[in-house]
Amino acid sequence: MELWFTERHTPNVKFSIKVDHQLYSGNSEFQRIDVFDSKEFGRFLTLDGYMMLTEKDEFIYHEMITHVPMSVHPAPKNILVIGAGDGGVVRELTRYPSVESIDLVEIDELVVEVCKKYLPTTACRFDDPRVNVFYEDGVKFIRRCNDQYDVIIVDSTDPFGPGEGLFTKEFYGSCFKALRDDGIMVNQHESPFYDEDAAAMQRSHKRIVESFPISKVYQAHIPTYPSGHWLFGFASKKYHPTNDYNGTKWSMLGIKTRYYNPRLHTGAFALPCYVEELLRDVE
Amino acid sequence: MAELSQTNAPIYEALRKFRRMRVVPFDVPGHKRGRGNMELTEFLGEDCMNVDVNSMKPLDNLCHPVSVIKDAEELAAEAFGAANAFFMVGGTTSAVQSMIMYACKEGDKIIMPRNVHRSAINALIITGAVPVYVNPDVNKKLGIALGMSVAQVEQAILDNPDAKAIMVNNPTYYGICSDLRKITELAHAHGMLVLVDEAHGTHFYFGENFPVTAMAAGADCASVSMHKSGGSLTQSSFLLLGKNINADYMRQVINLTQTTSASYLLLSSLDISRKRLALSGREIFAQTVEMAEYARSEINEIGGYYAYSRELINGDSIYDFDVSKLSIYTLPIGLAGIEVYDLLRDEYDIQIEFGDIGNVLAYISVGDRKRDIERLISALAEIKRRFGKDGADMLTQEYISPVIAETPRKAFYADKLSLPLEETAGEVCSEFVMCYPPGIPILAPGELITEEIIEYIKYAKEKGCQMTGTEDINIERLNILDF
Repeated sequence: MELWFTERHTPNVKFSIKVDHQLYSGNSEFQRIDVFDSKEFGRFLTLDGYMMLTEKDEFIYHEMITHVPMSVHPAPKNILVIGAGDGGVVRELTRYPSVESIDLVEIDELVVEVCKKYLPTTACRFDDPRVNVFYEDGVKFIRRCNDQYDVIIVDSTDPFGPGEGLFTKEFYGSCFKALRDDGIMVNQHESPFYDEDAAAMQRSHKRIVESFPISKVYQAHIPTYPSGHWLFGFASKKYHPTNDYNGTKWSMLGIKTRYYNPRLHTGAFALPCYVEELLRDVE
Repeated sequence: MAELSQTNAPIYEALRKFRRMRVVPFDVPGHKRGRGNMELTEFLGEDCMNVDVNSMKPLDNLCHPVSVIKDAEELAAEAFGAANAFFMVGGTTSAVQSMIMYACKEGDKIIMPRNVHRSAINALIITGAVPVYVNPDVNKKLGIALGMSVAQVEQAILDNPDAKAIMVNNPTYYGICSDLRKITELAHAHGMLVLVDEAHGTHFYFGENFPVTAMAAGADCASVSMHKSGGSLTQSSFLLLGKNINADYMRQVINLTQTTSASYLLLSSLDISRKRLALSGREIFAQTVEMAEYARSEINEIGGYYAYSRELINGDSIYDFDVSKLSIYTLPIGLAGIEVYDLLRDEYDIQIEFGDIGNVLAYISVGDRKRDIERLISALAEIKRRFGKDGADMLTQEYISPVIAETPRKAFYADKLSLPLEETAGEVCSEFVMCYPPGIPILAPGELITEEIIEYIKYAKEKGCQMTGTEDINIERLNILDF
């Protein structure tokens, strides 16, 4: 018997993982949630059939979305995380002793429950006393926030489905308002490779450029996401992601990582020509 | 024939049956189930093209219904609590015109509020009926025209005992209702028909705790835009009749201007939507109202904006309010409604129903999702943060009472002269000038042009209102009567 999980990356491209067995399947008010176990990637979580994370490569995504802004901001104390019900970003954030509060806003409570039960690799720091979880639409939550966060991490799903509000200009504008004068927002920025993803990436970049004075993009390799080539957005009110970066200072914190390091930090902002062009087209 | 109930949709059922029969078409439409126009078929879908068919025996004929359309119309009448119902395929415009053409012939008087939709005044041009305008009450702060006050209607009736009918706009675009029961009583006591433009009130018939419907209030005719809150396809609509209207004569009136090739896409959409509302309208509109109420409270919390509701009710010209409407007053944030309307689309990819000088209207329906409502609220908050200014010097929208110099028909057909807008003060206008939407005329044919009106037109243009109605597409010149 062979059981395969398959996701269509485009109408003409499929990505499949051989499934050992299914651990969970259920429907929340917002989406279908599945957890599988596999030989190659370990456990993995899918939402509405779209790959969210695997135990094998989640460290790349979570380290890159977290340590880049956390190392640029000189003193990040109050952090807001939107989405990220799997707990991966929270896990990385709790490694910073200077952090005083981590507000996590996840629309779907069931995602958190399921991850706590089946994905202890990521959902392992929800009990840190600095973590406050709010089960609410991120678009709504941030509307009421003013000048109160140092870093906002937008760990969204895709620009369709329950997470689509997190790719809108009204949301980015609200993030700007919710950040302090030297705040940084980092977001999951889709892929530049396949046409449809690239279009979503450009739309999102355009909206961020219009909302923040500094808006840069950096990349990472995430094997289980479409094309494997993934981008993150770095939007900031004051600090430049490489000019204002002090790698030595970050190294002194002694945070052990498997993907992120100070040399890679600077290098991640160096983009392929075609990606630079896609971004320039909307700047 | 088996007994029909609201679970049936006779036209829809006949079309499904017809599709299975795979009848070979040697009739129109010439696209022959889409095969003759593949690009269109790819765009609209094969299922859609397959039922774009002509009237024929198994599918009945809208001009003279004897089978499935007749059944569907009877079910619709039952669902709306009307004596008769007509499926309309020319929009609610055609329903409004038919009821006026039924009630009035040349020279007959009809009492109506001046803030009617252009379709009503168009009907006056066609019939030659003479309007007796009741100036609607105005909310000075919001700058919106309200319903008709009962006292004013009574005065109009006493001054014009020979009038044939009273037309009522209920609810208005903004959700405001007049005292329909009282007005109907008054009109009937004086032998006048009551015609209700209920374009924005389909949901009143199916939801709970909504204002009274025209049929329940005893009105004689009502035009209902099923395609607005009812969920049918654009351009499809119902004309409802009370028990004192001669339905057979009404059909003749409708057939004067109605197409003889009514679209089965539109007809089936009316049929299916009626069934859906009859069976689950209560839950559907409860959800709609819940979303509208939520949006209203969140928007009012932003500050500056005023999303109004039942607190406006004054027992007369705002006798009731439709809480499914999300009307928002924008002037306190220093932006005209039309500016907010444009910003929502240009900056945030959100299209709302309309913006006028002082207000915007977001149309809420069961098709909306909670997360889209959140986007709308956040976008309004962002517009205030990014573009808001001191609202002190904003021109409030004033309802300008028109001065009637000629009947709409005479003015429309008279000899005309085109003059630059600035030079038209004191002249009689021969065409419409309106912002669309909402399509309520600033000037109608036969009305006196004043300095105040010219100022208003200029201001609305400057703020970016989409102005329509005039022969000159740029509205730099107006046609006036050449005496």
